[in-house]
Amino acid sequence: MEVSVTVNGIARSADVEPRTLLVHYLRDVLGLTGTNVGCDTSSCGACTVLVDGRSAKSCTLLAAQVDGADVTTIEGLAGADGLHPMQQAFHECHALQCGYCTPGMVMAAVSLTDEYDDLDAAGVREGLEGNLCRCTGYQNIVAAVLAAGE
Amino acid sequence: MTETPFTGGIVGESRPRREDPALLTGEAKFIDDLQIPGALWLACVRSPHAHARITAIDASAALGIDGVVAVYCGDDLADAWEAPLPCAWPVTDDMKNPAHYPVAQGKANYAGDIVAVVVAESRYAAADGLEGVVVDYEPLDAVVTIEDAESDRVVIHEDCGTNVSYEWPLVPDPDAVEAAFADAAHHVTETFVHQRLIPTAMEPRGVAAVPAPHNGNMTLYSSTQIPHILKVMAAITLGLPEQKIRVIAPSVGGGFGCKLNVYAEEVICMALAQRHGVPVRWTEGRTEASGSTIQGRAQRQTIELAADADGKLTAVRATLLADMGAYLQLVAPGVPLLGAFLYHGLYDVPVYSFTCKSVFTNLTPTDAYRGAGRPEATYAIERAMDALAVAVGVGPDEIRSRNFIPTEKFPYDSPAGLVFDSGNYQPTLDRAKELVDWDGRRAEQVDRRAAGSTTHLGIGISSYVEMCGLAPSRTLAALNYGAGGWESATVRILPTCKVQVVTGVTPHGQGHETCWSMIVADQLGIDPDDVEVLHSDTAISPLGMDTYGSRSLAVGGTAIWMATEQVIEKARAIAAHMLEANADDLEFAGGNFTVKGSPDKEVPLAGVAFGAFTAHDLPEGIQPNLQAQVTFDPSNFVFPFGTHIAVVEVDEATGAVELLDYAAVDDCGNQINPLIVEGQLHGGIVQGVAQALWEDASYDADGQCRAANLADYLVPSAAECIDMKLDYTVTPSPSNPMGVKGIGEAGTIASTPAVMNAVVDALRPMGITDITMPASPMTVRRAIEVATGGAS
Repeated sequence: MEVSVTVNGIARSADVEPRTLLVHYLRDVLGLTGTNVGCDTSSCGACTVLVDGRSAKSCTLLAAQVDGADVTTIEGLAGADGLHPMQQAFHECHALQCGYCTPGMVMAAVSLTDEYDDLDAAGVREGLEGNLCRCTGYQNIVAAVLAAGE
Repeated sequence: MTETPFTGGIVGESRPRREDPALLTGEAKFIDDLQIPGALWLACVRSPHAHARITAIDASAALGIDGVVAVYCGDDLADAWEAPLPCAWPVTDDMKNPAHYPVAQGKANYAGDIVAVVVAESRYAAADGLEGVVVDYEPLDAVVTIEDAESDRVVIHEDCGTNVSYEWPLVPDPDAVEAAFADAAHHVTETFVHQRLIPTAMEPRGVAAVPAPHNGNMTLYSSTQIPHILKVMAAITLGLPEQKIRVIAPSVGGGFGCKLNVYAEEVICMALAQRHGVPVRWTEGRTEASGSTIQGRAQRQTIELAADADGKLTAVRATLLADMGAYLQLVAPGVPLLGAFLYHGLYDVPVYSFTCKSVFTNLTPTDAYRGAGRPEATYAIERAMDALAVAVGVGPDEIRSRNFIPTEKFPYDSPAGLVFDSGNYQPTLDRAKELVDWDGRRAEQVDRRAAGSTTHLGIGISSYVEMCGLAPSRTLAALNYGAGGWESATVRILPTCKVQVVTGVTPHGQGHETCWSMIVADQLGIDPDDVEVLHSDTAISPLGMDTYGSRSLAVGGTAIWMATEQVIEKARAIAAHMLEANADDLEFAGGNFTVKGSPDKEVPLAGVAFGAFTAHDLPEGIQPNLQAQVTFDPSNFVFPFGTHIAVVEVDEATGAVELLDYAAVDDCGNQINPLIVEGQLHGGIVQGVAQALWEDASYDADGQCRAANLADYLVPSAAECIDMKLDYTVTPSPSNPMGVKGIGEAGTIASTPAVMNAVVDALRPMGITDITMPASPMTVRRAIEVATGGAS
C-alpha cells in the first residue's frame, strides 16, 4: 500500500506492506536510521519520534497509521546553525554514553518541554518514564532537559 | 608513589565528549543501521523447552513462504564447525566443558538454544519463516536451581557424567582457617543469593557477515566489545585462515559484559555467508535476547567471619555455588575467580579461605556482567560486616574503621595472594557520612522508631575495593586463562602535525576517543581536536585485547601514554639535530623544543614532524616519520576503592522501598576527564541499585524466564532514580605511569550492598536480618509478615 508522510519537512511516499511498522518505514524504506529499536514491547522508547509534534513510539505504530502526518525524527532536529538546544544540552551535560537510547530520549524530551513550560526535576523524571537508558543513571539527562528548558 | 605526570592543563578537565554530535543526530551507525546490499536475513528457531530431545524438524512449510531462501538444522551445519563455540577460561585441568555447537544437535539444553535457522530475503520474511519450521520435541526434566543441579538428579550433559563443571579452591593455609574460627570471639555466618540478571545493553546484539567469495576474505560486523578476540575465535571455530578475517565493531550501544563473548549467531552468519556467497545478517529481538545473550550473577554464597572480641577480623571463609547455565560461554568459569580474591574486601585479614563450585543448569548461559565476580564478593563481605557490627555491638561505620587496611601497609600483601597497589580508605567513609548527614539521619531514624512510624528509615554503608585493569599476563596464566592481558597502541604524528592514535581497546559508550585525545594532546602540547583515535576495526587496529574489566584506561591508556612518550623521544633526537644541540639539553613544553639556557633556539613539534616526514635531513640511524607502537603488559592490577552510603525508606504497610539519598566517594587515582568518571559512576550505581531493588531474571520450574522482555524485566526509568551525591579522593596507583585506576564497574560493585544494608537496617528492629534480592514490595512485605508473626 502507498504510505505518504512528511518526514523532517520533506514529503515522502513509498509502497510498503500493510504490516510495516513506522520505525521500519523510517529506517529501512527511507534510510533514516537515527531512530533506534531497543525492545519489542513498547517499553524502552529508543524509537521515539514526533508525530504531528507529539512524541510517539514508532515501533508501536504502523506506517499506514501515520499516512498524511508530519513526522520529525532525530535527523530533523539539528539545523544549519548547529545542534538543537536539547541536543546541545545533552552534549554539555554529558547526558549520553553509548548513545543508543539518545535519539528517542532527545525526541521525548523535546516533546515534554514543548508541552510543559514549568518542569522541575520530578516532572522531567516522570515525563521521561517511557524512555530507558542503561548508561547514565538519568541524572545528567534530567539536568540536560532542565538546562534546555531555561 | 606516582603523582600525575601531566602538565599540559588538558588532562583533568571536564571536557564534553567528541563522540556526542554523531550520536545526538543519528549520524552514528550501529550494526542494524548498516546498509548492506544483497544481504540475506537470518532468524533463529529457538527451543521453547529448557531441556528436550529434538525428534524431528520439518521445514517444508517455511520453504514455501515467500522470501524464505533456506532452512538449516544442526545436522545440516555440523560440517561448518572446526571446533565448538569457545570457552577461553578452563579454570581447572579437569573442568567439564560440554561441546557447545552453534545449532543444537539432538538435544536442546535451554529455552533459547538454537535448533534451526531460517535464511530469507528480508527481516520480515525471515520472521515469517520461523512460523513455518515445525520442530517435534520430547521434553525432559529441566534442572533450574543450582541446588538441583548439584544433586545430579538429572545430568544435563550425559558425556560429562555430572552437572558440576569444576571446583576451585583458594585456601592458602587450611589449618590457620580452622584455628582462627576455633579461637574466634565472634563467628558470623551469612548466606546470600545473587539472582540472575539480564545485562540489557540498550542496543540488542546484531551481526552482519560479508564475504568476498573469490578472494576468500570475510568481514564480520558485530555489536561486540571484543572484535580482536572474536577474530581469533571465529577463525578457530570455523577453520578459516585468520588473516582473511576482518572484524569491525561499529557504534556499539552498550555492553556491560554481555557483548564480551563469541556467540552462535556470529559464526552462523559467517558460515552461511560463506555457503551462500552473499552477506548474511541478524538483529536480535529484545525478547529473543533472554535466550540468546548471556545473563549475569546467579550465585549462592556463604560467608563466615571470625573476629576477636573487639570485632577485629581474624579470618574470612567464603564458599560459592555458581550457575554457569547450559554451557560454558567465553569467560564464564573465570567470573567467580575474579571475585575469589576479594571476599575479605578492604579489610586487613590475616587468614583467608575461598572455594567455589560451578554447575550446569537448563538455563541461559551466564558470563561476565558489569563487575563480574567483584560485585558478588563485595556484597558478601559488606553484608556480613553489618552482621558482625550487630554481633559486636558497634555501628557499621565503626566496624569498618576498625578493620580497614591501614594506609601504611600499602602496597598490601593480601591474604588471598594479591598485592593491593595503593589505598587510603577511611577518608572515603568519613566524607560519605558527611554527604548523607549521617548523624542527622541516625537521629531521624531513632525519632521515627520512637514515634511508632510505619515508614522506616534505613541507612546502609558499602565500602569496597576492587581489582581491575585486566590484567597482568602472568597472573592470567596462573589462573589458566587462555590469553594475555596486554594492550597495544600506536601513536603517529602526520606530516601536518595532526595525530593518529590506534588503540586495541574497543569502546561502547565509555568516551575513549575523548579521553585518549586528551592524554596525547596533554603530552604533546597540542589541541585534543588535532588527535584522531582509531579503533574497533581489526584491519586498522590489528593488535588488541579489547574492553572489559575496567582495563581500557589502566592498560590501553597506558600503552597510548607510553607510545606518545616514545614519539616525543624520537622527536627530541630530530629536534636536537635541527637545533645543533645535545638532545639532553632540550626541553619540550607547549609543543615546542627549546634549548636550556638558549630560549631563542627552538623548533615546534610541527617542524620536527614535517622534517621527519620529508626525511631530507635526519640524524644518523633515525628512521623517517614520527611513530611508535607499544604493547603494554601491566605488572599488577589496579585497586580502586571507596565508600557508598544509601538512605532508604521502607513502607511497612506495602513493603515498598524508596531510595531517599545516595552518596558515593570513590578513588580511581588520577582522573583524565572527571565528567566521564561521573557518568560511569552514575550509570554503574543505578545498575547496582537495580539488582538490589528491581531486576530479577527469575525462571519457573520448567525453566521459562518470567521476565524475558522489558515489560517484565524492571530496568529502572528516570522516575525510580534519584540524584546521587558524588565526591572523590585521589590516591594514585603506582602500577602505571599515569597513576590511574578503573572506574567502569566500581559503581555497580559498591551500590548493591549499600542499598541492601540500608533495607535491612530499616527492618532490623523487627528481627529481619536478610531480604532476598530484589527487595520488591512483595518480598519485603512477606518478610515483615513472617517476622511479625502474620499479616498486620
